Amino acid sequence: MKDLKVSKEIKNYDGLIVLRNLTKKFGSNMVLDDVSLAIEKGKTTVIIGPSGCGKTVLIKHLILLLRPTLGEIYFKNRRIDNLSESALATVRMNYGFLFQGAALFDSLSVYENVAFPIQQHKKILSQKQVDEVVKNKLAMVGLDGYQDYYPANLSGGQKKRVALARAISLNPEVILYDEPTTGLDPIRSDIINELILKLQRELNITTVVVTHDMKSAYKIADRIIMLHNGKIIVDGSPDEIRDHPFPIVQQFINGQVSEKDLASLRLGHIVEN
Amino acid sequence: MLDIIGSYVTESVGNCGRFARFQMRTAAASVSACFSVRSYPLIWTQMLSIGVRSVPVVMVTGAFVGMVLAMQAYDQLAGLGMEEYLGALINVSVVKELGPVLAAVMLAGRVGGALTAELGTMNVTEQITAVRSIGTDPVKYLVAPRLLACLLLTPFLIIYADFMGIFGGYIISVLHFGINKQAYWNFSANGVEMWDVNIGIIKGFFFGAAIAGVSCYKGFHCKEGAHGVGQACTEAFVGSFILILAIDFVLVVIFKAIYATFWPLRMMV
Repeated sequence: MKDLKVSKEIKNYDGLIVLRNLTKKFGSNMVLDDVSLAIEKGKTTVIIGPSGCGKTVLIKHLILLLRPTLGEIYFKNRRIDNLSESALATVRMNYGFLFQGAALFDSLSVYENVAFPIQQHKKILSQKQVDEVVKNKLAMVGLDGYQDYYPANLSGGQKKRVALARAISLNPEVILYDEPTTGLDPIRSDIINELILKLQRELNITTVVVTHDMKSAYKIADRIIMLHNGKIIVDGSPDEIRDHPFPIVQQFINGQVSEKDLASLRLGHIVEN
Repeated sequence: MLDIIGSYVTESVGNCGRFARFQMRTAAASVSACFSVRSYPLIWTQMLSIGVRSVPVVMVTGAFVGMVLAMQAYDQLAGLGMEEYLGALINVSVVKELGPVLAAVMLAGRVGGALTAELGTMNVTEQITAVRSIGTDPVKYLVAPRLLACLLLTPFLIIYADFMGIFGGYIISVLHFGINKQAYWNFSANGVEMWDVNIGIIKGFFFGAAIAGVSCYKGFHCKEGAHGVGQACTEAFVGSFILILAIDFVLVVIFKAIYATFWPLRMMV
């Protein structure tokens, strides 16, 4: 790892979301190691990296679903990592989060899932207005007419689209996507990619995507960050990443196992990551 | 060895702290939910699934408690020629102790298991995290309605259990053993005071809170996977059961002291 340039500098201190020297440990296990990062407004930032490198932990810190062990988190220049859960509720209304497994409320219908954030936060809306907002959001993801369905009756791709409709129901400034295309076939993955682009284009939403799907990353990203062993090792445009000289980056984006790991596999040893 | 003991103690103290903090958050959220009109439909829904749907099993439990008591106690009382006192014995035992405790144990199995499994599944599928990500307090949205439903309806379910226990005891004593009906009810009326009935019902509030508190905590803190949810359900039942017995013991001591204090005053009045 000596040849890798570890990014400790925050490129843009005026970012919508800024992480400063973020460290996260679970017991003695260091998952994020002194990560500094600024998420630019209106852009799509994609975080890539091998499984277990800390991508999901990082994206959950952006909305404070996890608290850092060390470091600071800012949203619109306001420090948020020291806020209480009740104070964070107001901050979280600015975010939409698409979970890896969609995390739809399985006891609620599609309509109730999408209406849930509105009913929780917009007290003045009449039932008719809520119906209209739900219809619009479902239409944006191509699922108008599915209001009465339950999550159990939907396919994996449809669940993610309903979860996306729920994530945008409060018109957030930021949407965080945790592995949006995982578990979907290539066509449905592309539908999700197109939806991410459409939402970013039409609503000018700041987008952060965690993925290890490089096809998806190249398609949607304005900027790609690569995590490795809890550190940011590369930060650049899709073209810069594509032509990056680091072997570890090339191995990841081309999906190649290293010679060392290959030799271990041949000898019957288990390869980590 | 010291390492193992040390880590066990540290973990146990940590768990106690987490449990206490969770219960304090739940208490605060429940008080707030009482004054929030938006929470009422949630409480109502939980009342239906926790309370109304538990009525049949609680009634069956109560009936068997009364019948078994009658079967067991008859021989001893008949041997002393005091079988007509059976009504007093059965009914005091049912309304004061066995009805509330066994109904609560039944609820710990039926309601507690369902609460832990539901919340545990929501936890491992990140639905609880999703509630947080939307800016809603999951304790207020998920736990408070369940706690309030348990707290409010367990006493009513105990009344059902008491009623069926008394009925079951009557069936066995009068119809099976042929005890004089008039004498059975007279001794029952003399033996059971309103105080005894009230004790059983008051216990219901505490048992309801214990079942919901333990079950929701276990659901919120269950480990990953199907095994984690299963283990949480088992722990919730065992924890609720032990807590019900412990609360019962504490309440018996307290009520006994209250009774001993106020009984002479009542005699004076």
